Amino acid sequence: MTTLNPAGWRPEMTPERRAKAATHSGNKALMLEEPLIFEIGSTETTGVDLAEPPAGKPRLGNLERTATIGLPGLAEPETVRHYTRLSRQNYAIDLGVFPLGSCTMKHNPRLNEKMARLPGFADVHPLQPVDTVQGALAVIQELAVWLIELTGMYGVAMSPKAGAHGELCGILCIKAALEARGEGHRKVILVPESAHGTNPATAAFAGYSVEDIPATADGRVDLAALKARLGPDVAAVMITNPNTCGLFERDMRAISDAVHAVGGYVYCDGANFNAIVGRVRPGDLGIDAMHINLHKTFSTPHGGGGPGSGPVVLSEALSPYGPLPFVAKQADGHFQLVEEETVGEDHPHSFGRMVAFHGQMGMFTRALTYILSHGADGLRQVAEDAVLNANYVLRSLDKTMTAPFGEAGPCMHEALFSDANLAEGFTTIDVAKGLIDEGYHPMTVYFPLVVHGAMLVEPTETESKAGLDAFIDALRSVVERAKAGDHSLKSAPHYAPRSRLDETLAARKPVLVWKEPEAAQAAE
Amino acid sequence: MSRYFTEDHEWVDVDGDIGTVGISEYAQSQLGDIVFVEVPDEGKDVTKGDEAAVVESVKAASDVYSPVSGTVIEGNSDLADNPALVNEDPEGDGWFFKLTLSDASELEGLMDETAYAAFVAKL
Repeated sequence: MTTLNPAGWRPEMTPERRAKAATHSGNKALMLEEPLIFEIGSTETTGVDLAEPPAGKPRLGNLERTATIGLPGLAEPETVRHYTRLSRQNYAIDLGVFPLGSCTMKHNPRLNEKMARLPGFADVHPLQPVDTVQGALAVIQELAVWLIELTGMYGVAMSPKAGAHGELCGILCIKAALEARGEGHRKVILVPESAHGTNPATAAFAGYSVEDIPATADGRVDLAALKARLGPDVAAVMITNPNTCGLFERDMRAISDAVHAVGGYVYCDGANFNAIVGRVRPGDLGIDAMHINLHKTFSTPHGGGGPGSGPVVLSEALSPYGPLPFVAKQADGHFQLVEEETVGEDHPHSFGRMVAFHGQMGMFTRALTYILSHGADGLRQVAEDAVLNANYVLRSLDKTMTAPFGEAGPCMHEALFSDANLAEGFTTIDVAKGLIDEGYHPMTVYFPLVVHGAMLVEPTETESKAGLDAFIDALRSVVERAKAGDHSLKSAPHYAPRSRLDETLAARKPVLVWKEPEAAQAAE
Repeated sequence: MSRYFTEDHEWVDVDGDIGTVGISEYAQSQLGDIVFVEVPDEGKDVTKGDEAAVVESVKAASDVYSPVSGTVIEGNSDLADNPALVNEDPEGDGWFFKLTLSDASELEGLMDETAYAAFVAKL
């Protein structure tokens, strides 16, 4: 064994505890143990009765497989049971509070699902003649109008498939705009420490060099440091607002003005738009491009439950460079798809195409349903309730936990804590694992990096006060145990299908391919 | 031989014009169990403050900045197979890379062991 890091953690699941819980089968009443699918099925059997293929002349040359493929052969009921049993070991928003900060795991209204399943939306094909999909195009267009209206921007690119894809779209628009101005030599993108981790990744992927801008003691962008770094080599600034400390960047307008004054553009990560929708229009803050995670703010499913969708709203300066295709409404009310063949003289500066078709149609339908069922006043209340719930969590726990920016005033949609007051040897991971035993998905941990042992809780507006109280009580009790040095917490979770795993060993010696037990032993 | 530290928790041992660079005991204790280390290749020119290596723990991935400018003469190849060396002996066998210093005057801006201990005590 390697030397232990005294501040770290180790599995300490005692044999006594295992023995106490043991059953002959390993099952615990309705909680069923489930082996890997390779361990259930035999490679010698098959679940379907296929006739031998007719003998034909092989046409694969020497590339024919000679060894068996090694896939387990399971019957249909065995397969169905395997995946159903696994699904019961999962946690989902439909089971309880899912307080992952920055992920906005909120309820996915069933009305959204009902609308998305209407055959007129669900059964259309992207290559159908546009005359036969006018309703679907109308949905894309109406959603686009809502997004422009809610953000106070000039245009929108609907096709990006998720948040980070939207970031890339926005940065490519900025790149195209700079090149059109003959300023393609601007190669630096500034990213504050309080931004999402995808922001620097996007900038680097688009070919820019990334420079950090420090945060102030109250968790916001250091405006003076930003201004000091601005210059003719800066292409853009990427800012997450509200930021990952759960705080609104109050200086946003001043930041935008300073960036524009030196000829740069402002990209805003709109992942946290749910905290300000209906209250703040990013266009009024001088932002040039911002993606909107429909799967967060507008309640479409995600996190294993569905694809993301990341439309990007654009300022007047950047709109000419937005990607193809897009939907345009003609004077006679007919919807047209503007693609390479039809772009004509209307949109000659587009940087090109990001996806094969038009975006996540199923998510557009759900997001528009959400918008229309809430209305403008309802969307405003979404933001208000999200912020209210987060502040309720913050103030309910700031006596028990350390809230590094608690003194600075109210938070936005997420409450941020640090591990500062836990007992020696206890850290954020112990609190997170303890929360699993209490029946909750843990909050976001160790992010944002600007806070030591960060715990970022985003309750969202869809939790009731009773639900929040139960969660707060559970979290408080776990933190109290960590402050009291309760060592049983070091081996939590005790009641999950698997107890504390050795993450270090898993990372240092990952086992990525299943092997027959004998082969695996031989390989060691 | 003298040892110098940076505010980003790198150390450099200087012997003539050869420097050996690693991360401090404090840095490894903050990172937790280290699972991956990427060291620079021989011949790479680094400038003081440049990202020269990468260290990844179960908690986070971090850049390691070169405390001084120079040309890398050797990366610690043992770290590829055994990143735990950085946890076990961060200021000894867990060194990251060696380089020839191009400007010894850069050392003047760094902390000695006493100053670094005082710096860490305040964190």
